[in-house]
Amino acid sequence: MAEWVEACAVDDVDEEDVIRFDHAGRTFAIYRSPDDEFFATDGFCTHEKAHLADGLVMDDIIECPKHNGRFNYKTGQAKGAPVCVNLKTYPVKVEAGKVMIDIG
Amino acid sequence: MTRTASAKRDYSLVGESTRLAIETGLASAEWYHTDVPRKVMKELMQRSDGPAIRDTIIWIAAILGSAGGIVWFWGTWWVVPFLFVYGVLYGSSSDARWHECGHGTAFRTRWMNDAVYHIASFMLMRNPVQWRWSHARHHTDTIIVGRDAEIAVMRPPDLLKAALAFTGILDFRYSLPTLVRQAFGKLSDDEKSYIPEMEQHKAVVAARWHMVVYAATIAAAIALRSWIPLVLIGLPRLYGTWHMVMTGLLQHIGLADNVTDHRLNSRTVYMNPVSRFIYWNMNYHVEHHMFPMVPYHALPKLHELIKHDLPEPNPSMWHAYREVWPVLLRQLKYEDYYLKRELPPTARPYRGEFHEVDMTVAAAK
Repeated sequence: MAEWVEACAVDDVDEEDVIRFDHAGRTFAIYRSPDDEFFATDGFCTHEKAHLADGLVMDDIIECPKHNGRFNYKTGQAKGAPVCVNLKTYPVKVEAGKVMIDIG
Repeated sequence: MTRTASAKRDYSLVGESTRLAIETGLASAEWYHTDVPRKVMKELMQRSDGPAIRDTIIWIAAILGSAGGIVWFWGTWWVVPFLFVYGVLYGSSSDARWHECGHGTAFRTRWMNDAVYHIASFMLMRNPVQWRWSHARHHTDTIIVGRDAEIAVMRPPDLLKAALAFTGILDFRYSLPTLVRQAFGKLSDDEKSYIPEMEQHKAVVAARWHMVVYAATIAAAIALRSWIPLVLIGLPRLYGTWHMVMTGLLQHIGLADNVTDHRLNSRTVYMNPVSRFIYWNMNYHVEHHMFPMVPYHALPKLHELIKHDLPEPNPSMWHAYREVWPVLLRQLKYEDYYLKRELPPTARPYRGEFHEVDMTVAAAK
């Protein structure tokens, strides 16, 4: 069942960057792609507990700050060692300058 | 310089120290980081192919040039300087390329990182799959006894072993049989502890490819009735390793173990430009461990930015070895002894409560 929550304002995230969003004891990562689209994934790397929001966004890729594991943040696909497990992604919509994610 | 109480160290990755590290929260812990504004860090982390392509062209040209010199002057004394250069490029500078490309930070383009990573792994007789995982563990649990697979000098220090490391003999004796064992499909318990099951078959395949190249090299040497193929492939791991050991030993030797602050267990040393090229700036080792996303070419900038929060770097390798020598001698008798490097007044203090875990109490549990 859909459960849309407001994650941040559009301007809170720079282009080709990521920020952290905590909600109800869970951590998410909110991305703004170079072509100005928004995406959301779980906030922690699937390899070890590192905040992806401290990582580097390059095109479609988020690189984990701890071991440089890479994911496609649009699909959640793990791109190779040391990450082997895909990242969970969440639907995103932008409404009235706010980034909403469906955590349901 | 400091002593703290601890249990006898067990460096196996599936033993008593492993259990203690997990129980005390030292394994996969939260580590100290100097505050750097996100925008600045983002700039420092930016990837670029340019510097690494330039350096790799120089590297390959120097390797080919010195290899040509070896072939040309073989049988004369003129071969010696070429062996010296080729050996260091093959047996030492490959370590820095392996390291930086393993992190994926040297080049922006992934396949370039992967290509240089595999070539450098081969030069070092390192299984590229196994070592990728062991290095991930080294960054998760830097110098945590029972967890870190890459502790170069264990306590109490074996000084003869450390000295022999400069010749490459011990590494050679370990690396080649390891690759042979892995090529036959056997991974040790330690290796299985940090290589995920789904990746283990890749380690076996990689070892087999290395074996194929070595077999071809030996066959070439026999067919040509010449030592040259072996002098160019394989043996540089012996005669060219000294620079890798000279720079690499300083990364953590004599410093604290079982702490969660890289300022306590890693060392930054100022080095000459030639060694820095060979070592790809890994002399900024505290900085690298604290922020492994920052490419080698941006480490000097990062150093300038955070040096107010770090211990004073050693001004030279000579200075660093002079500083560490008495510590090693003392560790022969008191293995808990280590060098606690002083922080400048501008730094945030070490978090003592987190770093002085009484492992004897934990061991008694």
